[in-house]
Amino acid sequence: MPPASDLPPVSAAVVVAGLVKQFGRFAALRGVNAQFAPGRLYAILGDNGAGKTTLLRALAGLTPPTRGSISMLGTTDLRSVCGQLGYMAHPSLLYEEMSGMENLGYFARLYDVKNSDQRCADVIRAVKLDPSLTRPVGQYSQGMRQRMSLARALLNDPKILLLDEPFSNVDLRSARGMVNLLTGLRAAGKTIFVVTHQASLLEGAADEFVWMEAGQIVSRTSDLQHQETR
Amino acid sequence: MSTVASLTRATLAKDLRLEWRSKDAINSMLFFSLLVVVIFSFSFDPTAEESRHIAGGLVWVAFLFAAVVALNQTWAREMRNQVLDAYRVSPAPPNALFLAKVIGNFIFVTVLQALMTPLFIVFYNLRALGPAYQLPIVAALGTWAMVVNGTFFAAMSLRTRSREIMLPLLLFPISIPALLAMVEATGAILTGEFSARFWIVLLAAYDVVFTIASLFLFGFVLQAE
Repeated sequence: MPPASDLPPVSAAVVVAGLVKQFGRFAALRGVNAQFAPGRLYAILGDNGAGKTTLLRALAGLTPPTRGSISMLGTTDLRSVCGQLGYMAHPSLLYEEMSGMENLGYFARLYDVKNSDQRCADVIRAVKLDPSLTRPVGQYSQGMRQRMSLARALLNDPKILLLDEPFSNVDLRSARGMVNLLTGLRAAGKTIFVVTHQASLLEGAADEFVWMEAGQIVSRTSDLQHQETR
Repeated sequence: MSTVASLTRATLAKDLRLEWRSKDAINSMLFFSLLVVVIFSFSFDPTAEESRHIAGGLVWVAFLFAAVVALNQTWAREMRNQVLDAYRVSPAPPNALFLAKVIGNFIFVTVLQALMTPLFIVFYNLRALGPAYQLPIVAALGTWAMVVNGTFFAAMSLRTRSREIMLPLLLFPISIPALLAMVEATGAILTGEFSARFWIVLLAAYDVVFTIASLFLFGFVLQAE
């Protein structure tokens, strides 16, 4: 499998074919087929248990599919493109005993980020937090943790961003700030997937609303109103 | 290779910083070992000669049980807020994480040994009649054997429901050859009755085999669901 950097430009950033994920006898994903274009913002919606988080984890390479395939940036070897992914989970993925800068400094090493101190400070400021904050993340409010978690996902300047519930427990003003940031990133050519229950926040920002039900994608629309009246 | 070394250093520095701030592992290990020393000293009242024969077993069993506490802590820290997933989605090699954890645990257990050995010497009236310079070699090889397997099996039992029980169940049987070598080598050095050379070579071979096997298999363990 050629490394992602050597591959020609692709028309679809992500291609999912016949994706099935079973946990024991329970099928969380039941044959998902979809193509996602680069430089677009996708809101993935659905009830609890619809398979949104499992799909996102599968795209991140954290949950190996039972059947089917995922192609990302032109390769099915997800490990070779993991440096170009940014992943934000429902939990913060941060060490509670360390400050925001210390956390990001460590993750910058994992991604071999150049000029890491400057980059860490920049992404912290981008999510409207203060890089000079020395208190440990464990003492942050839930909203601050969410924003620091988003900063961590942005650290490696990823081409594809996978965000699971980024707005949960975030106040409305901060959530709108996060949406503006995502809109800017989309304009810069990033492909963004946002799993959320707060779809209205992404109205006007998302290019497509992808609705999941019982482990399958049941509709894709550009208009949230249309989707909600299905 | 340099990436692995550099990431091992970064992860080790992060783990030492976390331990310095929380003191989770070192405090639990210290209290546990202290209890073992005190309880054993009340339970037995051996003469100096008897002590030399049983001390190897007592010391290593105490350190092995205490190490299990640290080994559980080392991965529990990565499971809080699912931070381990952040490592799994990164391009960082799994071996760097494993080596950092092993070296970190080695440091914690060595600190514990440095603090507890004087107590063992006082409580059990110990004095080596054999070549005492071999004791640090046995300690280093024995500790490495404990932590390399312990770190690997702690990672394996990470996602099981009762990981605190699962770790000793997996670790202790496979540690029997190493434990036997540690106890026999320590006994040989303390009593001076026979040479510890064979047991030291066995420990070294055990360390090499299990370090290579763990490094080879850890990637599969890390990526498992």
